[in-house]
Amino acid sequence: MNQTADVIIVGGGIHGCSTALYLALRGYKPLLIEKDYAGRHSSGVNAGGVRQLMRHVAEIPLSIRSMDIWDKIQDLVEDDCGFDSHGQVLVAENNDELAIMRERVDDLNLRGFTHEELIDAQELRRLVPAVAETCPGGVVSRRDGAANPAQTTTAFRRMAEKRGARIIEGVAVTDVKRAGRDWQVTAGDETYTAPILVNAAGAWAGKFAAMLGEPVPLEIVAPMLMITSRVPAFIKPVVILRGRKLSFKQFANGIVMIGGGYLGRAYPETNETDLDWTKLKDSARTVWELFPVMREATIVRAWAGIEAKMPDDIPVLGKSLKHEGLYHQFGFSLHGFQLGPGTGYTMAELIATGHTNISLDAFRPDRFTMHYQETRQ
Amino acid sequence: MSFASKLRTAYDVIVIGAGPAGLAAASTSAEAGLTTLLLDENQAPGGQIYRAITFSPLKNSPVLGQDYEAGINLVSSCEKSGADYVAGCTVWSLDRERVVGISRDGEARLIKAERVIIATGALERPFPIPGWTLPGVMTIGAGQTLLKSSGLIPEGRMVLAGQGPLLWLYAAQVLRAGGTIEAICDTTPLKNYIDAAPYLPSFLLSKYWMKGLGLIREVKRKVKIINGITKLSAEGEGKVKRLVWQAGGRSGAIDADVVMLHQGVVPHVNLAMAAGVKHEWDNVQACFRPVLDESGNTNVHGIMIAGDGAGIGGAESAAERGRLAAIDSVSALHPDALSKVPARDNVRNALAKSMLGRKFLDLLYRPTKPFRIPQDDATIVCRCEEITAGEIRASVAIGATGPNQLKSYRRTGMGPCQGRLCGLTVTELLAYERGKTPDEIGYYRLRSPVKPISLAELASMPQDDVAIKAVVRG
Repeated sequence: MNQTADVIIVGGGIHGCSTALYLALRGYKPLLIEKDYAGRHSSGVNAGGVRQLMRHVAEIPLSIRSMDIWDKIQDLVEDDCGFDSHGQVLVAENNDELAIMRERVDDLNLRGFTHEELIDAQELRRLVPAVAETCPGGVVSRRDGAANPAQTTTAFRRMAEKRGARIIEGVAVTDVKRAGRDWQVTAGDETYTAPILVNAAGAWAGKFAAMLGEPVPLEIVAPMLMITSRVPAFIKPVVILRGRKLSFKQFANGIVMIGGGYLGRAYPETNETDLDWTKLKDSARTVWELFPVMREATIVRAWAGIEAKMPDDIPVLGKSLKHEGLYHQFGFSLHGFQLGPGTGYTMAELIATGHTNISLDAFRPDRFTMHYQETRQ
Repeated sequence: MSFASKLRTAYDVIVIGAGPAGLAAASTSAEAGLTTLLLDENQAPGGQIYRAITFSPLKNSPVLGQDYEAGINLVSSCEKSGADYVAGCTVWSLDRERVVGISRDGEARLIKAERVIIATGALERPFPIPGWTLPGVMTIGAGQTLLKSSGLIPEGRMVLAGQGPLLWLYAAQVLRAGGTIEAICDTTPLKNYIDAAPYLPSFLLSKYWMKGLGLIREVKRKVKIINGITKLSAEGEGKVKRLVWQAGGRSGAIDADVVMLHQGVVPHVNLAMAAGVKHEWDNVQACFRPVLDESGNTNVHGIMIAGDGAGIGGAESAAERGRLAAIDSVSALHPDALSKVPARDNVRNALAKSMLGRKFLDLLYRPTKPFRIPQDDATIVCRCEEITAGEIRASVAIGATGPNQLKSYRRTGMGPCQGRLCGLTVTELLAYERGKTPDEIGYYRLRSPVKPISLAELASMPQDDVAIKAVVRG
């Protein structure tokens, strides 16, 4: 049986669910198709960082819009999403790093962005008392924080449905083709038709982009995270490093999450991942050196999620340059969670009005092709 | 000298667990000349069934019975076989490339093997009744550990509740050791006797029946038995004071200082699941069981499972399955040495013989639904995070479809026990609430570390070339 919708969204991560919600709020009847369940992959199992700190300049306007939504997340999705706003701190391990950070903050200030603030050793110690005494300072983004990623993605899914989106889970999209001006999407035994298609399929988005004749150099990766046993509360903000890979967050119940982007192995066909303990060892080593208070802790859990990474570490976002009615929203390269709310808002704005107040130029799908690079020069 | 410096960086066969299956597998493999490493978390070999076989204070007394002594032979042939053996170590990781992560005494290592035989055995099925987390309530398995390794019986008035061979065995052992038991609340329903009856003839051919019947008679002479129990709750303030029971229309309460619960054992699946081994729901034993070929091979190349971890079969069949797995490894890695190991057919026959009567026991001692799926919303399911059955039902109502979503809603299964004490209850509870089968609901997605590893141990792991190559190769 053929079924119709206003918009078909492929992928039930934070991005697909957020776009579904904002489209529904604009009066659309979107249909979201998710092959597993909403938040099964990176949107549900990431570190939950809600971070404006250290973003690529092109992403900052989107990140700030998102932050405004995060501040009132309860009003939007009727769930606090486990969001707390204790700031995120970038720690400089030495003076050379601090100098680079100073340059970055000065540059952002010139561009009119003031969310990143340079801090000296004293303020660093006040915010992060347990950090090794050799660290000379850093950068703080005070509105940042962390949320529960699975809770958040599920809340967006639930609210999208409540506002009129239709969500189909556990069925994979197997084919997408043009039928006149419409898109015909096959999933399971059903075919769905809509004039607008959003590719928000995360690690699997590259497959759809290629299927639609708009290939991108997307790498499928499996970033790893570890959780420790409970240790006495010693840190409130999320801490990240510049030189070495580390992100570090203590929850209210005392457990500590250690991440930072070390990659395991991804098996996207079977939804499986393998951990690489030789790299997690490096993570453990960094924590051991930087936070002596953690030396007695034990690692109780570790995992990896499957997601998409682009060569320039910024997403593919906006209108297709090849097809009318096709939109891309993927490739968030290990830092897409915070962007979810703002990007959903922006995509719905783009679909409904044909334009958006935030420039998406840096996120064009053709930016990796020779032709595009030549015209840029 | 550190333990790890005595070990190779790679082995032909690594066997995990030194119970009957692991001991038999390691000795068979090493006798055929394969480089073999036997890893075990206990300080001495024997596993649960032959726990403390080499040092138990009750070693030569009649308390533990003759079967316990059978473990001696397994241990001594393993000692002579030439297998490397590490006691008291933690196996915290196993992946598809057969890299095994181990730690001991603050040191961690990754060691690679051509074959890994998982022989991690069984654990007790969760028994979530109201009050099961009160101090003074423990499992019969824990009680038996205490008895075997220290010769101790808990002090005070003791009540046993539940069902299964271990319950009767432990009761007999307690009585032989001079202990007393106030009462036994037997939860075996009448229906199970009817279900099991067709398999009685094959049970009568096994050696269990004489022994089992003897044990039950021995216990019944000295202890009050309450049959047909349909509801149990442990009560008390800060400590258990009494066990309250219902049996159909009858009910009562027994004052107790110690309540010991048991409703059978189930395969210990954590390590195998973390390595990507496929499991399926066994509806008779009401648990997940790995999908295996007849030698014990899993869907992951080179990873095998032997013993009760492959499906509950008891100590004798565990040893035979251990031998079969080792013979299969020898035939794959060093076929010239097959003459040094027992003939496969003989081992298969011995295995079949040891499994006689198993179906009868499975059906007779299949726990009833109310004791697997808590009916009372206030009953705690996840002990680590103190999550009740009611909270899990509420999570289903807001969209939790399986155990992995439940983890992020309620943190069930995320505590130190890593789901060992709640996993089956959560799967069956969700299946029941959602009208699905346990296979459709699935189990917690398990990952290494399957046992905690200290940050210091992990941080100090050396950059070992062989192990790294092994990991990167995939």
